[in-house]
Amino acid sequence: MDHLLVLPIVLPLVAGLATLIRREVGTRYKRSMSVGATALLVVVAALLVYMASDGTIRYYALGGWQPPFGIIMVLDRLSAMMVLLTSVLALFCCIYACAGQDEEGSNFHGLFQLQLMGINGAFMTGDLFNLFVFFEVLLIASYALLMHGGGKARTQSGLHYVALNLAGSSLFLIALGVLYGTLGTLNMADMASRIAGLGTDRTGLVKSAGLLLLTVFTLKSAMLPLYFWLPRAYAAAPAAVAALFAIMTKVGIYAIIRVFSLLFGDRSASLADMAAPWLWWGGLATLALAAIGCLSARDMRTLVSYLILVSVGTLLTAVSLPGNDSMAALLYYMIQTTLVTGGLFLLADIIDDQRGKAGARIVKSRPLRQSSLLGGLFLVGMAGVAGLPPFSGAIGKALILQSAEGSDRLWLWPILLIGGLCTIVAASRAGSTFFWRSHEGEPSGPLMGKRRGLATLALIGAAPLLSILAGPLTHYTQSTAQQLGNPSRYLDAILTPTPINQAMPTPAGEVSP
Amino acid sequence: MEALYATVTGILTACGIYLTLRGRTFPVVVGLTLLSYAVNLFLFSMGGITTGHTTIVDSGQPYADPLPQALVLTAIVIGFAMTAFVVILAMRTRGDLGSDSVDGQRTDEPREERK
Repeated sequence: MDHLLVLPIVLPLVAGLATLIRREVGTRYKRSMSVGATALLVVVAALLVYMASDGTIRYYALGGWQPPFGIIMVLDRLSAMMVLLTSVLALFCCIYACAGQDEEGSNFHGLFQLQLMGINGAFMTGDLFNLFVFFEVLLIASYALLMHGGGKARTQSGLHYVALNLAGSSLFLIALGVLYGTLGTLNMADMASRIAGLGTDRTGLVKSAGLLLLTVFTLKSAMLPLYFWLPRAYAAAPAAVAALFAIMTKVGIYAIIRVFSLLFGDRSASLADMAAPWLWWGGLATLALAAIGCLSARDMRTLVSYLILVSVGTLLTAVSLPGNDSMAALLYYMIQTTLVTGGLFLLADIIDDQRGKAGARIVKSRPLRQSSLLGGLFLVGMAGVAGLPPFSGAIGKALILQSAEGSDRLWLWPILLIGGLCTIVAASRAGSTFFWRSHEGEPSGPLMGKRRGLATLALIGAAPLLSILAGPLTHYTQSTAQQLGNPSRYLDAILTPTPINQAMPTPAGEVSP
Repeated sequence: MEALYATVTGILTACGIYLTLRGRTFPVVVGLTLLSYAVNLFLFSMGGITTGHTTIVDSGQPYADPLPQALVLTAIVIGFAMTAFVVILAMRTRGDLGSDSVDGQRTDEPREERK
C-alpha cells in the first residue's frame, strides 16, 4: 500500500516509454495505452486523496534512504489534491487529443505522459533539488508538446518560452546553491527546521535565495512583469496541450505555497512573510492588466489565455493574504478555474473548426453547425470563469473576497470585481459575435464528435458540478489550509524517525504524527 | 583560489546575461550556455572549495562534500539536453520564419546580403 505514493510518477513514466518504445506501433495501441494509463492515474490519485484525507502526512523514501539524506515523496492533503486535479484534467485532454490532434505530429502520447510525470513529481516531492529536476522534466516535455504539429506561430512563441524558462532554470539553480551552501541540506523539512535556528549573519543570504526562488516560481506562474510569454504561447499551442497547460501555471503557484509556507513560515522569524508584499502587489497588477488584456483580445484563444492570467492574479493575491480562510478559498478557486479554463481551450478549438476561415477570431462569419450546443457550453464556461452565480467561480471569488480583511479589502474588492466585469464584457462580446452575428450562408465544418464532445462537456461541466459539490470540497480545502498553516506537523512527520525505521530500514516509511 | 573562482564565475555570468539579452537567436543560445556553465561552477563551489581530499567520508580524514558534485552532474546533464533542444529550435525558427531575430522580424535582410 505504501508504494502507492510513487505510482503517480512511475505510472506515466512506464506508459510514456511503452508508447515510445516502437515507432511502428499503431495509433490505436498508443491511444488506448495513453487513455488507459491516465484513467488509472485518476484512480490512483483518488486513492491518494482518500489516504491523505485522514490528516496523516506520509512519505516514501526512494531507495530506502531515510530523510533528511534521501529523496522523499511526500503525501499530504495539498499534494494529493493537486495530483487528482492534474489527472482529471489530463484524462479529458487525452481523450480530446485522441479525436485526431495526436496525429498532427509525432510522439504526442509519449510526451504527454512524460509531462504528467513531471507535473506529478513536482507536486509530490519533498526535496528542493528534486523539485528542480521535475520542473525540468515537465518543461522539456512541454517545449515539445507546445510545438506539436509545427507552424510559424508555434515555433516563434516556443522560442520565447524556451529561452525564458532556461534563464529561469539558471536562477533556480543559483538559489538552490545558495540555500545548500548556507543550510547544508536540500530536504525541505530539514531546511525549514534549520532556517528556524538560523544565525543573523546568514539571514541575508537565505533571504536573497528565497526571493530568487520567488522570481522563478512567479515566472512559471506568470506574474506581472514575467507573463508576456503566456498569451502567445498558449494561444498558439494545440488545444489539448493548451488545456493541459492550464495546470502549468498552478505548478508555480503550488511551489510558492509549499516553499513559502514551509521554509519561510512563522517559524523563520525575520524571514517570515517576505514574499507577501511582492505577491500582493504583483498579483493585483496582474489581475488589472489581464482584465484589460481580455478586453483587447481578438481571438478566443487569446481571450482564454488572458482568463488564465486573471485567475493567476487572483490566486497570487490570495496567497499573500494572511490566515487559513484565504488559503482554503484559493484552493477551491484553483480547482474550478483550472478545469473550466482547460475546457474553454477545447471549446475554442471546436468553434475554430466549425467556422472555416474565420477560425476562433472574434469577427463576423458564417453560422456554426452546432450553435445552440456550443453556445450553451460557451455561456456556462464563461459564466463559470467570470464568477457569475450559480456557478463555482462565484463561490470561489466570494470566499476569496470574504477572507480579505481591513484595508486589504479596499484594494482587492474593486480590482477583483471590476476585473470580473471586464471578463464578462469581453466574453459577451465574443459570444454574441460567434453565435448571433453571422452572415447568410450554410453552416458547414465537421461536427464535434463523441470524444471531443465528452472531453469539453466534462471540463466545462465542472463549473456547475463543483458548485453542487462545494460543501465537501470546501471542507477538504479548509482542512488542507489548516495542515499548511501548521508546518511543525510536517516537520515532525518527516524528521522524527520511528522505531520501526531505525530497527529495520524499509523502502517505504510511514509515520503518523 | 576563492577570489579567482569567484571572479571567473562572475565574468561568465555577466557575459551570459549580456548575450542572452541580444536580439538574435545565436547569441542568445550562447548566452544561455555560458549562464549554465557559470551556474554549474557556482553550484560546484557550494560545498566549500577543498583541494586534495577525496569525496569519501572516512573517520577522521578531511573530505570534500560529495553532494554538490552529484548536483552539478545532474545540472550538466539537464543543461546539455536543454542546449541541444534550443539549438535545434533556433535552427527551426530560422527556417520557419526566415529570420534569426528572436521576434521573427525580417528587418535585418539587407545586412545579411552585405555579408
